[in-house]
Amino acid sequence: MALLNKEDAKALLQKVLAYSTADECEVSLTGVEGGNIRYARNSVSTAGDTSTLSLAVRSVYGKKAAFATINEFDDVSLKKVVKRSEELAQLAPENPEYMPMRGAIEYKESKTYVASTAAITPDSRAEAVAKSIKVTKENKLEAAGFIENKNTFSAVLNSKGFFGYNKSTDVIFSVTTRNQEGTGSGYAARGFNDVNKLDTVAATRIAAQKANGSANAKAIEPGKYTVILEPVAATYMLENMFRGLDARSADEGRSFMSKPGGGNRMGEQLMDEKVNIYSDPFHPDLPDNTWNSEGFALDRVNWIEKGMVKNLSYSQFWAQKKNVAAGPFASNIIMDGGTATLEELIKGTERGILVSKLWYIRLVDAQSLLLTGLTRDGTFYIENGQIKYPIKNMRFNESPVIMLNNVDALGKVERSISVESNRSYLIPPMRIRDFTFTSLSDAV
Amino acid sequence: MKRKEFIRNTSLGMGALFLPKSMLYARHVDPSVFLENKIDVAQKKRMADVALNAARSKGATYTDVRIGRYLNQFVVTREDRVENIVNTESFGIGIRVIANGSWGFAATDNLDTDSIAKTAALAVSIAKENARLLTEPVQLAPQKGYGEVSWKTPIEKNAFEVPMKEKVDLLMSVNDAAMKGGANYMNSLLFLVNEQKYFASTDGSYIDQDVHRIWPTFTITKIDAATGKFETRDALSSPMGMGFEYMNARPEDRIKGLAGTLYKNRYDMLEDARMGAQEIGLKMGAKSVEPGKYDLVIDPTNLFLTIHESTGHPTELDRVLGYEANYAGTSFLTLDKWKSGKFNYGSNLVNIVADKTQPYSLGAVGYDDEGVGTQEWDIIKDGTLVNYQAIRDQAHIIGLDHSQGCCFADSWSDIQFQRMPNISLRPGKVPMTPADIVKNVEKGIYIVGASSYSIDQQRYNFQFSGQLFYEIKNGKIGQMLKDVAYQSNTQEFWNACSAIADKSDYRLGGSFFDGKGQPGQISAVSHGASTTRFNGINVINTARKI
Repeated sequence: MALLNKEDAKALLQKVLAYSTADECEVSLTGVEGGNIRYARNSVSTAGDTSTLSLAVRSVYGKKAAFATINEFDDVSLKKVVKRSEELAQLAPENPEYMPMRGAIEYKESKTYVASTAAITPDSRAEAVAKSIKVTKENKLEAAGFIENKNTFSAVLNSKGFFGYNKSTDVIFSVTTRNQEGTGSGYAARGFNDVNKLDTVAATRIAAQKANGSANAKAIEPGKYTVILEPVAATYMLENMFRGLDARSADEGRSFMSKPGGGNRMGEQLMDEKVNIYSDPFHPDLPDNTWNSEGFALDRVNWIEKGMVKNLSYSQFWAQKKNVAAGPFASNIIMDGGTATLEELIKGTERGILVSKLWYIRLVDAQSLLLTGLTRDGTFYIENGQIKYPIKNMRFNESPVIMLNNVDALGKVERSISVESNRSYLIPPMRIRDFTFTSLSDAV
Repeated sequence: MKRKEFIRNTSLGMGALFLPKSMLYARHVDPSVFLENKIDVAQKKRMADVALNAARSKGATYTDVRIGRYLNQFVVTREDRVENIVNTESFGIGIRVIANGSWGFAATDNLDTDSIAKTAALAVSIAKENARLLTEPVQLAPQKGYGEVSWKTPIEKNAFEVPMKEKVDLLMSVNDAAMKGGANYMNSLLFLVNEQKYFASTDGSYIDQDVHRIWPTFTITKIDAATGKFETRDALSSPMGMGFEYMNARPEDRIKGLAGTLYKNRYDMLEDARMGAQEIGLKMGAKSVEPGKYDLVIDPTNLFLTIHESTGHPTELDRVLGYEANYAGTSFLTLDKWKSGKFNYGSNLVNIVADKTQPYSLGAVGYDDEGVGTQEWDIIKDGTLVNYQAIRDQAHIIGLDHSQGCCFADSWSDIQFQRMPNISLRPGKVPMTPADIVKNVEKGIYIVGASSYSIDQQRYNFQFSGQLFYEIKNGKIGQMLKDVAYQSNTQEFWNACSAIADKSDYRLGGSFFDGKGQPGQISAVSHGASTTRFNGINVINTARKI
């Protein structure tokens, strides 16, 4: 019951909308079915399945709006939820920033749903984990990992005529392998819409190689170094910047996108010319929803073009206030890369540090977007184009804006997931000059 | 951003500002729903028995059932307007079983008899499926059944019963005070939680609990238009296990701090906003810190987070054993250090205690989420590591014959696991005020309020910032500083602890949003401390230009 097809979802939403007597009404459905397995010490620790379906109704009178939601679908319940949202809206404080609902739009179907991912079962999850554990045992390592798959759908219909339906599948896998002595650790993470692209054996082999290669690391002096950030490291660092691509906070003067003296940095050359960052829900390697719940069709948007700030997102209210077109924040983020492989980037490095992963990144200063965090699960010293030895982990204090000014080279783009949000991105490995490490860590 | 995406983006961290998982499947509801009669205990017992019997019939050797109704209310405002009022309710059942020696879990929001029985059967089939990947069967510490019992947070005023107008009026007056005090922007938030949790297990426990929490907070922003520089100052409140009485500070709840008023047990949001508006003006013009070694005098509003990260997390037994290796990490406090009985975690002034019983704390409940009565125990005694945090399937590993009662799940839809109880620094044993602590400091910094925080995956190397920093020179509090962060190593830091104020200064800090696990779950936890001094700590300057 949790997943409805387009026709059934629309019929249900139309039925609910017909009960509305408000000025404006929006009804939406969300369904999720999914499951996961956690494992550690080469053995499964926990596993579970969850299933939910809920209906939300938003009623509006003038500039007063309210939500009500329900997970029962008989006629009495459906009428009750509409009535409840209407009563609540009448009582709500007026929102001066309320913007009217939008009407029907044309949008193209997304490619976010893959049938084979939707067909994942508890035993196929267990099988994928068993294969990963086999690799770690063969390498005399201990694995801790996680696999999770979700099938979701969302559907929205409003009284102005907008209807959106999307279904998607997602599977994520991550594994950390450690040696028995606790002196070496490696990691790999993958996320896909299509489970056929997920190879838990290959990912675990990479983690195992990092674990064995990072044992008995040497300490080097913290300071400024050329670094090669693998995609999983770069993704986590840049995710913190992507959230700030918003015009309002910039115009208000409280963001790294604020221009000294007023306004925002649109049109400013803020980064190196090699940097191109955009959203594109139609990208075959990172498909995403092609509409959003505000009723906008989503298409490609360039955020940073050749290092220049090309666009910031504008909510409908802020766009109206600033007399510009509203620009929703698209859900996926892609950064262009080059043609070099990671190995070729290493080969071209005279002296530097290969960073496999970053950890616990937090904002230190919103003005400069200064972030702190640490390296983790495989950090290596490079000399004359070769990995010389593993080095101890270090804390950094660096701004992704400064970092993207110091881009030396970009490699081939990969689909990568953030170690904190589990969101997928397309990000290249990157060689960065003068990356600032401030202290050593004993952590492995 | 969709709410779910927001949670994904901000969640899963390690103490960050997260929304609760129960929001993920939560329904927006009329606030009057919060006041509706709770589900009858007898009805919950009937539902629980359906699950217990169904799981047993499918081959489970142990089953526990959690029926949860989770209520949240957020009132979100900025300057002179309400941005959002969010009322959510999440209701469902989570069934955990052991079958063939392995854990299995399934959850649903459909609570009819058929659905509960099917979900129990699914949990058993998942356990059996996973048993083939098992190296050792689950070993549970014995736990006696309590029969039918209940527990409730001892609130004086249910915050969900306070009219919305009263809450909005309060936040509007707070915002107005900050704006009149010179702020450019003011965001304020009132966050209320009520967890109505029912637990039943094959051990013979049927436990009904009603847990309340509250967190008022704000951020004041001031901008220098000429330079484009901006600064913020967050509220010095603390999330608490209390009702709306927390918002009504009495004279005895105000502490005269070294540089301004601080709060104990209850909070005056309006007064703090007025103070904050003045302080942010000073912060704009404050001197940028000279990096180097300083004696740090740290107020509990800052130290709670350092305790959380550097003591709370590394003493979680699941981290020590490697169960969190793929996400939150492992721990430098390995079993050999504990077994030696001599591991010098800190100076002999350092006594750190774990509990889930402290009144007003976020961790306080009667029973944990696997039906174990809550307790208090020492973690660090006179500077030495003496214990960890363990639940039923871990107790045998550290030679315990019982769980320490710190198992928790953030929603009915998630699997319960070991979560941090309140972890607190005991106050100094000899009478000592914060002023006494500062008296002997030649070159130091006094730090108030929590801000940026980061620590490595084994909890050695950390960096923390704060809200307010004051220079200490020759025993006296001086001018305000900015761009301060302190970096240290956990063992070095706690061994540098040279003075702790007595119990008259003891206060609780805490977080609603301690993140751990995969899928990520959040947990609310308090940390008590008095003002404490740490000698010779490395301070860096965080100012940069882009």
